[in-house]
Amino acid sequence: MIKFFLMVNKQGQTRLSRYYEHVEIKKRTMLEAEVIKNCLSRSKDQCSFIEYKDFKLVYRQYAALFVVVGIDHTENEMAVYELIHNFVEVLDKYFSRVSELDIMFNLDRVHIILDEMVLNGCIVETNRNRILAPLLVLDKVAES
Amino acid sequence: MSDVVERTLSVLPGLLGQHDPGAGPGGAGGPGRASATSRLGSLIRSITALTSKHEEEKLIQQELTSLKVAVSAPTTTLRLMKECMVRLIYCEMLGYEASFGYIHAIKLAQQGNLLEKRVGYLAVSLFLHENHELLLLLVNTVVKDLQSTNLVEVCMALTVVSQIFPREMIPAVLPLIEDKLQHSKEIIRRKAVQALYKFYLIAPNQVQHIHDKFRKALCDRDAGVMAASLHIYLQMIKENSSGYKDLTGSFVTILKQVVGGKLPIDFNYHSVPAPWLQIQLLRILRLLGRDDPRMSELMYDVLDESLRRAEINHNITYAILSECVQTIYTIYPNSELLEKAAKCIGKFVLSPKINLKYLGLKALTYVIQQDPNLALQHQMTIIECLDHPDPIVKRETLELLYRITNGQNVIVIVQKMLDYLKETKEEYAIINLVGKIAELAEKYAPNNEWFIQTMNAVFSVGGDLVHTDIPNNFLRLLAEGFDDGKEDDKLRMYAVKSYLALLEEEDALYPQKFLQVMSWVLGEYSSLVTDVDPEVILTKLHSLLKKTFVTSETKVWIMAAVTKIASRTSSSKAVDELIQEFSNSLDTCMRQYAFELKNLCEDKALMKNLLPFDASCSDMVVDASLSFLDGFVAEGLGRGAAPYKPHHQRQEEKLSQEKALNFEPYRLSFASSVSSSGITGRQSPTGLSFGSDTSVNSAETGHKETSTLKLEGVRKLWGKEGYLPKKENKEGKEKEPQTVSCGSLSAGQVGDPPALRSDQVASISEEDKEKQQLASTLFIGLGSNAGVSLMGKADTATQKFKRKSKINEIQHSEEVSDFQNSTVSDFGPLLDTVPINVEDSEGSLHTRLRKASLCSSDIVEDNLAFEMPQSFKKSGLDERLSDNRLSQSSLFADSNIEIFQPSPSAQCESASKTPLVPSLPEELEELTHSEVVELCQSDALALYLCKVWTDDSLLLTVFVSNKTTAVLNAVNLVFEEAEHFQILESPSHQFPVIEAKSVERCQKCVWMGKICSQGFLSGSVNYQSEMEMHLDFSITLSLMDFIRPMEMTTEDFGKLWLSLSNDVKQNIKMSSSQGSLSAALNTLQQKLKLHIVDVIGNEGILACQLLPSVPCLLHCRTHSGMLALWFRSPCSALPDGLLYQCQKVMEES
Repeated sequence: MIKFFLMVNKQGQTRLSRYYEHVEIKKRTMLEAEVIKNCLSRSKDQCSFIEYKDFKLVYRQYAALFVVVGIDHTENEMAVYELIHNFVEVLDKYFSRVSELDIMFNLDRVHIILDEMVLNGCIVETNRNRILAPLLVLDKVAES
Repeated sequence: MSDVVERTLSVLPGLLGQHDPGAGPGGAGGPGRASATSRLGSLIRSITALTSKHEEEKLIQQELTSLKVAVSAPTTTLRLMKECMVRLIYCEMLGYEASFGYIHAIKLAQQGNLLEKRVGYLAVSLFLHENHELLLLLVNTVVKDLQSTNLVEVCMALTVVSQIFPREMIPAVLPLIEDKLQHSKEIIRRKAVQALYKFYLIAPNQVQHIHDKFRKALCDRDAGVMAASLHIYLQMIKENSSGYKDLTGSFVTILKQVVGGKLPIDFNYHSVPAPWLQIQLLRILRLLGRDDPRMSELMYDVLDESLRRAEINHNITYAILSECVQTIYTIYPNSELLEKAAKCIGKFVLSPKINLKYLGLKALTYVIQQDPNLALQHQMTIIECLDHPDPIVKRETLELLYRITNGQNVIVIVQKMLDYLKETKEEYAIINLVGKIAELAEKYAPNNEWFIQTMNAVFSVGGDLVHTDIPNNFLRLLAEGFDDGKEDDKLRMYAVKSYLALLEEEDALYPQKFLQVMSWVLGEYSSLVTDVDPEVILTKLHSLLKKTFVTSETKVWIMAAVTKIASRTSSSKAVDELIQEFSNSLDTCMRQYAFELKNLCEDKALMKNLLPFDASCSDMVVDASLSFLDGFVAEGLGRGAAPYKPHHQRQEEKLSQEKALNFEPYRLSFASSVSSSGITGRQSPTGLSFGSDTSVNSAETGHKETSTLKLEGVRKLWGKEGYLPKKENKEGKEKEPQTVSCGSLSAGQVGDPPALRSDQVASISEEDKEKQQLASTLFIGLGSNAGVSLMGKADTATQKFKRKSKINEIQHSEEVSDFQNSTVSDFGPLLDTVPINVEDSEGSLHTRLRKASLCSSDIVEDNLAFEMPQSFKKSGLDERLSDNRLSQSSLFADSNIEIFQPSPSAQCESASKTPLVPSLPEELEELTHSEVVELCQSDALALYLCKVWTDDSLLLTVFVSNKTTAVLNAVNLVFEEAEHFQILESPSHQFPVIEAKSVERCQKCVWMGKICSQGFLSGSVNYQSEMEMHLDFSITLSLMDFIRPMEMTTEDFGKLWLSLSNDVKQNIKMSSSQGSLSAALNTLQQKLKLHIVDVIGNEGILACQLLPSVPCLLHCRTHSGMLALWFRSPCSALPDGLLYQCQKVMEES
């Protein structure tokens, strides 16, 4: 099961956070700070999975932005590692070459995309067209 | 200021993004662009410009203030509100609570147009948790949207329902969602299934009736809907795999179609068809095929195809492969598939990509339990990973090694783990690893020294993070000992010595838990070490007490140790000093201990009695009714103190009074003082408690006491089977000859695994050699396929600490039988180790051995070869040899068993010494009575006792037997006056004359005057032989001697129940064997002589009386494995006493 989905930049600023288990707000910031510290401390030749407390972190770096996913031991690390990439590919398709600022200025949309992919800590959709379909409809309605 | 903002605004996009921010394709120039100049835009710009946490706080606080105004202003449009919500999401994301906005998020979801509504729902799902009260306000909106004709709205409602929904409102939306399962649009059907999955998770009962609709979803024409239903099935199959076996075929077909590329092309990810779907299906198949050959049969084909298809070199195929391998190793094995899967793991493990290597290690860890050969195949990679610069890889490797640990490689593996421990600082990793080391050490320890030293390392490295089980188990292991008393004492002595050495270092800082372990062991066993003056130990403990880093809890442990040691020494300066020092301590707990110690020291005999040596494992009898306090209580009552009220009564009163007066502070301080004084002592495995805190509710105390004595549920680590025990011996033998031939190992080392041929060895470099040596030590004892043991019972061959001596025996007996079964030359070398006494006692074997020793010179080589399997363990340890010698004698059971048994004639002699055991007269024989036991003896007299339980009293029958050949005159038997018991007639009895070699008896009726769970009735016998002789005896009487069943009708019970005021309630756990109420009642009836008045449903009522006529009523009710007991009696102490007895018999049964 996926416990949380984070996007944090190299400075340690959270750009997106979604928790699939209730965590108090104060604890979230502490957790995020530790998570990014852990990710930053690792070099390129170390593996992308970190054992952290009683769960695992799977992270992937895109320019200055880290996408970090917390999972429990039933999840397949590599599948989650590729899920992150799939997510970024979807964002890239939607924003046509996504950047950190796109994510910041469209936080609600990024959340909507993520909600289509991961629900209750489960991977529910990975088909790019289907992920984007509801959001594209919303955009079209808003435009008209 | 605004200038600065403007400038950042224009610069930022260029710096951080390649193109215009916020321009989604759908909203090019629309909402995205607009935000650049809005409040949201300026917030984002300010956030990106932040340089410190302090600035952030200031900014967000400002933002929150302005948001607060904005959201509650009536002029705020929905469009603006949507923007406010995103800003609120930002604030919460940065860690600042914005609860004032929650209600507005719900409103926005209710009122907004499509995008606004979606953002409203999004904000709700981000802000609120499952049990938030505001969530109820969302239900109406959801219901409305579910009924909407606009599909987008239906979609949103379904999404939010599957994210967060109040459980109690499920019935309100369930029918609507069920309808959606037939919707024409796939996205609606898919989302409906997801919503039902959510319901299944939070309230499985509510969706029970729609299980066949799940099946429909599984067979949906759309792959997305089918995929969504898999989540439900995975969950349901996890809970009950047998209920869904009929679906195995369907899952296999689906996987076949997916793997075969039958899905629409847009399900592909990097040209792999629906990889996450494949993974999900593989997980389901794994659960269905486990231990089920028939189901597994169905899967072999498709698994084979999955392995074959996943050949594209992409990360995602490796993810599928690792799941596939795991499935193949979980289901009923198929050799062809296993072979392919093993090859597949090789691909991972040998990959230069670190992520794949990690995945390979993980897969290897999983499959290694089924097939340890794989560890041998990949041993070099494992060794490399063990020294990998990435600590995560290292840790996973240790996990793998943990799974393959056995008696032969335990030393090396534990050393590797300890090395890792020293490097890591991560708390969780330390706790985890320390637990594993302790487990391995207990299970496979090769000798005492190593075990104690490893545990020392565990305690000092693990510090106070270690789980409390570890010190507790360790101490229990020391205390309970093994089968061999001598070996136990050796272990204890070694522990004592090692701790004394550790305490020698003046400035060393040890973790508290380690200090506690040390003090307990020193307290219990330091007297075993005879060459150390107790004074030295006491001084050391004393100086520890003065250290500032020692916590007060640890001080209590140290004090307990000092007390125990002091009880075994005559007088000690250190103790006197200590008493003096702590008698004025500000720490009340320490002061109390000092006073107790002082008083105890004044009565050494009492002290010895109170603190018996090595009795930590014997059961303590606890007077749960605290009857010894009765006098004190009476005195208190006499002075006008309030009568005691049971805990639940106090609580009820407190609840009713809560509004009037608040007693909170008093309660708190009371609780903390209790916990600091008595409780700590009680939780220690010693159970050494001075019972001074007994003013707490007595029923509770009683319960606590018994629970510390309870051993059920305690993990017995050494009870587990060792790793791969069957294959050990055989494997060892197979390997060893090779070792010798390649000659790369010195005598103490263990053989190379078979994978390494000698010609390979010749060409390897120094470094590799080192690695291979490590490998050989790590992977020794791992199975080969020919793992069938010669003996058929070799599963005991691994070393379990507990059964140490026995195992030695068994191993030897195996060796010995090997002797007889095999060619002589193979076993020649055993001559070196077989002790002389064996040779002497085993004639035929003896000659055979001789023959062996005469064999030709090539034996020398074989000599070495045979030493190998055992050599790791023995590795030249002489004391092991002597051990073996000890156990050896019992191995040759046929020949020399008689020597160890006392001869029959000796037995006869001792029997003839005992005079006739008296028996009861016939009229008493018919009543229930105890066995006749001896009370005391002198040269002339022997006293025997038999308890007869009559209906109205306890009849003590004392037999006085004259052992002499002369007549004894004027034998006087007197019972002393006892606090708790009352002798009905006169407390004395005179036998005017007792003939030579004959028995007289006297009977006394006894009642219990004051209630206690157990008490003593002492007395003495005076008689005149050559001079006045005096013989003391004491009889143990328990409460149960005075309890009789009380027959009554249900009506009488009801009346009596209402009239009684003292009650005690307690829930006790029923073991599975007791199961039902009737079984529990039977136990109570048989063991406690309670009368069952009536049984109604899951409730039962029982009655009994304390002699002469104090009734006690009991009401029992069972619920979820618990037995709720409720006692009532006119006497306040009786329910407590009975409760204790009930707990005892329920535990025993």
